[in-house]
Amino acid sequence: MIYYSEDHEWIEVEDGIGTVGITAYAAEQLGDVVFVEVPEVGKTLAKGDDAAVVESVKAASEIYSPVSGEVVESNDSLPDVPETVGDDPQGDGWFFRIKLEDESELEDLMDEAAYKAFVKGLD
Amino acid sequence: MNDPGETLKKTALFDLHVELGAKMVPFAGYDMPVQYPAGVLKEHNHTRDAAGLFDVSHMGQARLTGDNPAAALETLVPAELQALEPGQQRYTQFTNEQGGILDDLMVTNMGDHLFIVVNAACKDADFAHMKSKLAGKAELEIIDDRALLAIQGPKAGEVMARLSPEMAKMTFMTAAEVRIDGVACLATRSGYSGEDGFEISIPDDQAERLARLMLDQPEVEPIGLGARDSLRLEAGLCLYGSDIDETTTPVEGGLVWSIGKRRRTEGGYPGADVVARQLAEGAPRKRVGIRPEGRAPARAHTEIHSGGRKIGEITSGGFGPTVGGPVAMGYVETEFAKAGTPVTLIVRGKEAPAQVEKMPFVQQRYYRG
Repeated sequence: MIYYSEDHEWIEVEDGIGTVGITAYAAEQLGDVVFVEVPEVGKTLAKGDDAAVVESVKAASEIYSPVSGEVVESNDSLPDVPETVGDDPQGDGWFFRIKLEDESELEDLMDEAAYKAFVKGLD
Repeated sequence: MNDPGETLKKTALFDLHVELGAKMVPFAGYDMPVQYPAGVLKEHNHTRDAAGLFDVSHMGQARLTGDNPAAALETLVPAELQALEPGQQRYTQFTNEQGGILDDLMVTNMGDHLFIVVNAACKDADFAHMKSKLAGKAELEIIDDRALLAIQGPKAGEVMARLSPEMAKMTFMTAAEVRIDGVACLATRSGYSGEDGFEISIPDDQAERLARLMLDQPEVEPIGLGARDSLRLEAGLCLYGSDIDETTTPVEGGLVWSIGKRRRTEGGYPGADVVARQLAEGAPRKRVGIRPEGRAPARAHTEIHSGGRKIGEITSGGFGPTVGGPVAMGYVETEFAKAGTPVTLIVRGKEAPAQVEKMPFVQQRYYRG
């Protein structure tokens, strides 16, 4: 199941581990990505904490953790090939994996249909 | 951000931008293209490799007439304007009594008048400033029925020679009245990208047709404000309001080259005493190029540290596509201004090593004949 935040992050949860990235809409808005910083493995994040950084030719953006938990894996290849975020935001362009502390936090996020409607309301 | 109550002005090319799929953003009161579907990176690289067309019609254009408009305008700017030959262009700044910069501008001697181009965000203030300070000495005529297009890049000369052969012989920082497909235009061989190119003042009702004609040339692609910014940053050129403003003098801003030799001793412009003192004794701070060592871009307002204390601040910065890494400029205390000086940037609370570097970051390629 994939959930979406109002900050345009997606989180795909499987067996209590969530993979986090930014949505295609966010990647499109950012434009050419030139710099990425991913969190260190072992870092504990509260929901809403600054988790990662993505910078395009236009601006710097923070990636907030959509849930609380511990970072169990980071996409270490991303900082060397930041353009992956734009090329495949909801695939190879993932940022980090987090062990969810409280799965009920997912209830605050949107499903795909709700996120699509949310994005539509922004244009 | 866009104030919903604000009515944005449109340039003569607005419909063309929309047709080309541009992403439009509010800029200095105008609805302007920040990028086209190609995106900032490709637009930047295309300008460096071939030629890019920019709509800069939001900028202010004016004529200054009178018995001696150059002498009159010299009372407001530090450039040597009276020595400008007809057809020559100069870069200068309006200064205030503290030697701060009110705006930067281009001045061209058109023989019987001066042609002036100022920044969009400052144009109303600039025109009011000139009208009030030059009253009785010169007459300001605001040009509000002409678009301004820039064509920039190593192929710009070839493209314009094809469309208007008389433009081929123009050299950097000169102007000429030319005809492009029968339309009388005023062209200057100058720009804001570090590349060869032209800025062309065109009657509004002919602007779209000539823009399409230029875009029909195989070397030319439309370029938005995003790439305009990364191009000028790599070229080491100032953005007014970021890199220079009312609190920075031309000496601090590294613009001493634009102050006329005669003007350095004679003065006669606002803040001339401050500028003369800084020229003699040195300025407390200087605008320099900054090259972060890592990949992280350092944006405007990033603090610059050395020896554990703040010695300055980044004024513009980002990713330089041609450089292939982050580039920035900012102010540092003068003792740290030498190229090669190591400094520390505070990026998102973390220390990042960087170095003071000579600008431009990318070799300027102007056509000097």
